[in-house]
Amino acid sequence: MIELEGATVTAYAGAGDQVVTLLEPTTCTLTERRVAVVGANGSGKSTLARLVNGLALPSAGVVRVDGLDTAHEGAAVRRRVGFTFTDPDAQLVMPTPLEDVALSLRRLDVPAHEREHRAREVLARFGLGDRADVPVHALSGGQKQLLALAGVLATEPSVLVCDEPTTLLDLRWRRVVDELLDGLDLQLLLVTHDLDAARRADRVLVVDGGRVVADDLPDVAVDAYVALMGGTS
Amino acid sequence: MRRRAGTPQRPPWAGPLGLYHPGRSWLHRTGPGPKALGLAVLGVGVLVVTGAWASVGLLATTALLATSARLPLRSTARSLGPVLVTALLVGAYQWWARGPATAVEVAADLVTLVVAATLVTATTPADRLLDAIGRAARPARHLGLRPELVALAVGLMLRTVPELVRTSTEVRDAARARGLEREPRAVLVPAAVRAVGRARATGEALAARGLAE
Repeated sequence: MIELEGATVTAYAGAGDQVVTLLEPTTCTLTERRVAVVGANGSGKSTLARLVNGLALPSAGVVRVDGLDTAHEGAAVRRRVGFTFTDPDAQLVMPTPLEDVALSLRRLDVPAHEREHRAREVLARFGLGDRADVPVHALSGGQKQLLALAGVLATEPSVLVCDEPTTLLDLRWRRVVDELLDGLDLQLLLVTHDLDAARRADRVLVVDGGRVVADDLPDVAVDAYVALMGGTS
Repeated sequence: MRRRAGTPQRPPWAGPLGLYHPGRSWLHRTGPGPKALGLAVLGVGVLVVTGAWASVGLLATTALLATSARLPLRSTARSLGPVLVTALLVGAYQWWARGPATAVEVAADLVTLVVAATLVTATTPADRLLDAIGRAARPARHLGLRPELVALAVGLMLRTVPELVRTSTEVRDAARARGLEREPRAVLVPAAVRAVGRARATGEALAARGLAE
């Protein structure tokens, strides 16, 4: 369960002392298994997502995941909350897929002699078994995103936050990642520009100008977002 | 990356270090500790032993070791190509400045060390390398450094080399597309900015994965 109580994020603008608000005070409790966050670029939806993993800390208010305060129990929160970025290249830190997944398994205290075997199992499960030993930089964008997800899911989180996981992918890989995310047995917070994916969620938050301006069932919230952007659904 | 019409494009050069090739050779079976120790001894040997013939002997020994590791010839040779070119250029300068004996010695020593370091990373999974570095870095605890973070830093360095190569290739392509290929600032400034940006993003990703707690 994800709880935000008056969670506010502010930041210094540039080198001066001017402070800007990235996220206005936000209060909500997210218990649904699939929650989508939609909004224009720069609206504050990624800031909201980063609060859940403790990557961004609230300037005011509280964020809790399963009762753990992200500001004071950050390490414990990150053991429960996996996070993937739009650009998987930023997230993949080892030379090969096998080694990157093995690095994730260190957090689970998997013994050294079992790590390689377990990492190969994880990669096979994600359809990357035959790419285990190739250089990460030689993978396609879709394979990299799949690997980033594999590395995060290998740590068995109870919550997964995905910040625009399909924005850089072609249609084929978007389908692969969508199907993977749809089939996960955990709570998913999906930041996305893909309105079809948002409509498949159980609840949708619309963020605009640093505020949650709509929080409703998918069809209602997505239609409100489309109207907000000046379109028709 | 220079492209030639009519030939298949290769992925950008990713440096000699950092890519593990699975295998069953005796070097693959040897633990990372002994291999790192051997590399250190060889490094000292290269410094201590002088003379062109001695350097050629060390290079030949290292080449024999490389053969016994049964690494894929084509990709290994390609990864070492730019190092060989560098050794040739350095050797040519040394020949002009100090004579043929010094040229052979310097060029052979350079290639020996790079081949030996490549052998260590190519026959050792990064995961085991991290374990070994973590163990070796335990005394660093007394200086306030966490051994697992020291090990992670080494792992990141291995991954960063191909990333920097890719970034510089993209930046050069972008400069070329704008007709600015002869303008150094159009390459150096964005390359530096993107490298810093990449470092920040990597730090953030490590925090998100809980690997830097």
